[in-house]
Amino acid sequence: MVPISYYLVLSGLLFACGVCGFLIKRNIITIFMSIELMLNGVNLSFVAFAAHWHQLAGQVFVFFVMVVAAAEAAVGLAIIIAVYRTRETLNVDQVNLLKL
Amino acid sequence: MLSIHLILFLAFGAVAAAGAINLLVQRHPINAALSLIAVMAALAGEYMLLGAEFVAAVQVIVYAGAIMVLFVFVIMLLNAGVEEQTKGSRVAILFGIPGMLLGSLLIAWVVLKHSGTGDVAVGALPGAPNVIGQLLFHEFLLPFEVTSILILIAIMGAVVLASKPPVPGGTPAKKVQD
Repeated sequence: MVPISYYLVLSGLLFACGVCGFLIKRNIITIFMSIELMLNGVNLSFVAFAAHWHQLAGQVFVFFVMVVAAAEAAVGLAIIIAVYRTRETLNVDQVNLLKL
Repeated sequence: MLSIHLILFLAFGAVAAAGAINLLVQRHPINAALSLIAVMAALAGEYMLLGAEFVAAVQVIVYAGAIMVLFVFVIMLLNAGVEEQTKGSRVAILFGIPGMLLGSLLIAWVVLKHSGTGDVAVGALPGAPNVIGQLLFHEFLLPFEVTSILILIAIMGAVVLASKPPVPGGTPAKKVQD
């Protein structure tokens, strides 16, 4: 038997790592991966609460989060490719103008 | 007392936490992507412990399979190298790290002490995939259809964004005539 709070602590740890990576990373792809890490942390807490309250809707929400994450990854990576094509760099410090 | 459930939880949780911290430490994007795949695989194990087989399978197939393959392909396509390091400000180090530690300790203490939540047995969720399918296609039918439209728009947007821009100097209409 594992208390539900252990799952929540792990979920919070993953989310905090995602936020930290989002703030300290300079590579745009790694920043994008940090966002995925945050989404994973939230998914874990969704499933933990679904187990706690015996509500299956939590698992359905996780399904929707994954669908939105897939759409976001497709569009975001396309934007990254477009940015790289015009700027020739992946460093976010050098991508500070909307229009070249 | 260490039950087998707790041991498995700690093992998967350690893999997930180590992968998440490794993502922060690594400087090359491909190493970060591989550690993120490890995090997702460990989380699939946690979902199995909670009894959410459907979510665990979707986690492996969609997240660790499809999305991370997309990431790795983009990293290879753009030939991403080691990222440059920038100097962090001193104020961030002075206040940020103690603040982060304090905040995370506070949250962990509140969750562990005052959540009033019970224990979870192995496979506690009554979540057989057919039950989830029933829920998805009755109660959540409208959101499900809306997400399908979202995916369609995202695919079209990705194709438009990633397609080659027109060559400067010649308008696209002229190129078609040529």
